[in-house]
Amino acid sequence: MSVAQSLNYHIKFKLFGSQIVKWQANRAYRNFKEPKNRKSDILASPLKIGVKTKELITKHYLEGRYVNGVRPVAWVTSGAPVEILKALGFYILYPENHAALCGARRATLDISSEAENRGYSVDICSYARTDIGTMLSGKTPVGKLPKPDILLACTNICQTVLFWYRVLAKHYNVPLIVIDTPFLYDNAEPHQVEYVKNQLENSIETAERVAKKSLDFAKLKNVVKLSKEAAALWLEIMERGKNIPAPISVFDQFIHMALVVEKRGDAETVDFYAKMLAEIDERIEKGIGAVVNEKKRLLWDNLPIWHKLRFLSEFLAEHGVSVVASTYTNAWGELAPMIDVNNPIESLAKTYIHPILNRSAEYKLQVMEKMIDEYKLDGAILHSDRSCKPYSMGQVDERNRLVTQASKPALLLEADHSDPRSYADEQVKNRLNAFLEMLGV
Amino acid sequence: MGVKSIGVDAGSTVVKIVGIDDFGKIALYRMEQADPQIEIQVDRMMDEIKQEYNFKDIPIVATGYGSELIKNAAKRVTEITCHARGAFEYFKKGGTLLDIGGQDSKVIVIAQNGHIVDFIMNDKCAAGTGRFLETSAWRLKIPMEKMGEIALSSDKETPISSTCAVFAESEVISRLAHGEKLEDVIRGLHRSLVKRIAAMVYAIGFTPPLMLSGGVVLNRAIRIMIEEEMGTKALLPEHPQLMGAYGAAFEGLDSA
Ligand code: SF4
Repeated sequence: MSVAQSLNYHIKFKLFGSQIVKWQANRAYRNFKEPKNRKSDILASPLKIGVKTKELITKHYLEGRYVNGVRPVAWVTSGAPVEILKALGFYILYPENHAALCGARRATLDISSEAENRGYSVDICSYARTDIGTMLSGKTPVGKLPKPDILLACTNICQTVLFWYRVLAKHYNVPLIVIDTPFLYDNAEPHQVEYVKNQLENSIETAERVAKKSLDFAKLKNVVKLSKEAAALWLEIMERGKNIPAPISVFDQFIHMALVVEKRGDAETVDFYAKMLAEIDERIEKGIGAVVNEKKRLLWDNLPIWHKLRFLSEFLAEHGVSVVASTYTNAWGELAPMIDVNNPIESLAKTYIHPILNRSAEYKLQVMEKMIDEYKLDGAILHSDRSCKPYSMGQVDERNRLVTQASKPALLLEADHSDPRSYADEQVKNRLNAFLEMLGV
Repeated sequence: MGVKSIGVDAGSTVVKIVGIDDFGKIALYRMEQADPQIEIQVDRMMDEIKQEYNFKDIPIVATGYGSELIKNAAKRVTEITCHARGAFEYFKKGGTLLDIGGQDSKVIVIAQNGHIVDFIMNDKCAAGTGRFLETSAWRLKIPMEKMGEIALSSDKETPISSTCAVFAESEVISRLAHGEKLEDVIRGLHRSLVKRIAAMVYAIGFTPPLMLSGGVVLNRAIRIMIEEEMGTKALLPEHPQLMGAYGAAFEGLDSA
């Protein structure tokens, strides 16, 4: 660690930057004002906790600007078993979250062209193209991303990450840990858990070498505990959607899930979700629904369309449609019960084999059918995401089964989670309108 | 006979207007190539109709891509609902409607009570639409209305494997360059389109009977090949292009 880097970090981030962000957020939280341009006739006021979401994310990226040379930095995939790195004090960056943020800020096209112009195909996931574009050009809406000292890729979400992280490893010339998770057609067999557990144990040595310290198991247990608590709270928050009217929609969830992804294992994340839950319960008590005049309740499958969140949420709300549950946001909570604080490594192995993307289409269908039943849903929108092949594969059959077996109308909506070139407003409106007419709203 | 309701289908290639009478029969219809300024065009067409039929206040329902621009429409309804309604009112039964237009195609499963059970659309890509034949016809300098008859004059089919309109066009040229006969290649081109469309029907689940609409089914080769591909006879309305406007006119009766 150089003295200059350390001074910079402590002065610009610790002493000033993070304090200013915190002070501003606290003030905004205390004197919470509804945004002026909100459509109060169709949508409830945004959650007050949104101020905190913004604060924590801003602080996270702000720290990233100054963190190199002060804390070791890891870049990890969204479904990576990050707890070991957390316990070793790594600053963790999630390129997928960063790419989603680029999508929401409509920066994807500019950044991903940097990768495309160097030969990366447009058929690759737009998250990977965005990240590689940032790697090559330094472009990012958050100012600057820290360089990684280590990379951790877990194949429990897709195989794209394997090749994408190899590109990063070569470019940054840093060690890459790959955790290979066998695809599950059913629940994981003991030998599959063992296989992942061995990889996790073997990864510790590399991580310790980069962090220049040994893993403290008490710390690991604490991080695992905090991860579990955050995920469990998140699950509870989502389940509040069973209320009629639903107090939050998946469009709210898409925003507030950021922390359970990129800051799980932190104490402040647990506090955050506890506060969020309390605010939602308050809404329930007052009978407030996310959509003012909730007439129909829908399911969302697959990633969000980050650059169209507002449009979609308003368009649907105008017709009294609340999208109350999603397989995607659910994925960050459904595994909480599997985490066993007293058996950290083995339970991490087990948990991280089971994400929905690492499981069969049949399983995904069961999750959807269960949600339709439990959340009393009237239909489903399945976003066929041009980028995310593992999530989108099987959707044609899943959709057909929802229509024939569950007797629920279901719509396949073709788009991309962040590449605007795979999205057309008129066509989406046309399909949604026809779907809404079919639902009778 | 009096006109009870008017449906306007402002499609991306053709504007269609249908007026229905008390018995739900087509009392009048108009079809024109769509102008870029569709609003002015529809106003003019409506003025002409009003003069000729001498009526003032009857409901107008608009559908199609340009429907937003039809300012004096009492309401706007999507093409899916209008086509389903049109087919149900025309054939008086449920089934699977396959509509193949110049720039999009759709499959709608209609229940026996007329409700929409399910639908699927292709409007993102020329594959599976009239545009697929058009690009090659244009390249070969063959008028579109001749394409079907040329295809039917062939007794051997040259397979065209591309479903992409752009790739198919170059495949057609290369087949011809290799000495294949024009009619065989064009028949193969039709087959490729029909296979793609049949796949759409199967993807959503086929409920008989099969009903056809849209400008492209005026092409006899397409109709014959769809029946071959689906292994069933298809029902064809008198004016396949008017299905959307016809259904829209019925939607107007509801709100009247
Ligand atoms: S392909 Fe899907 S799972 Fe993989 S990185 Fe992209 S969005 Fe994530």
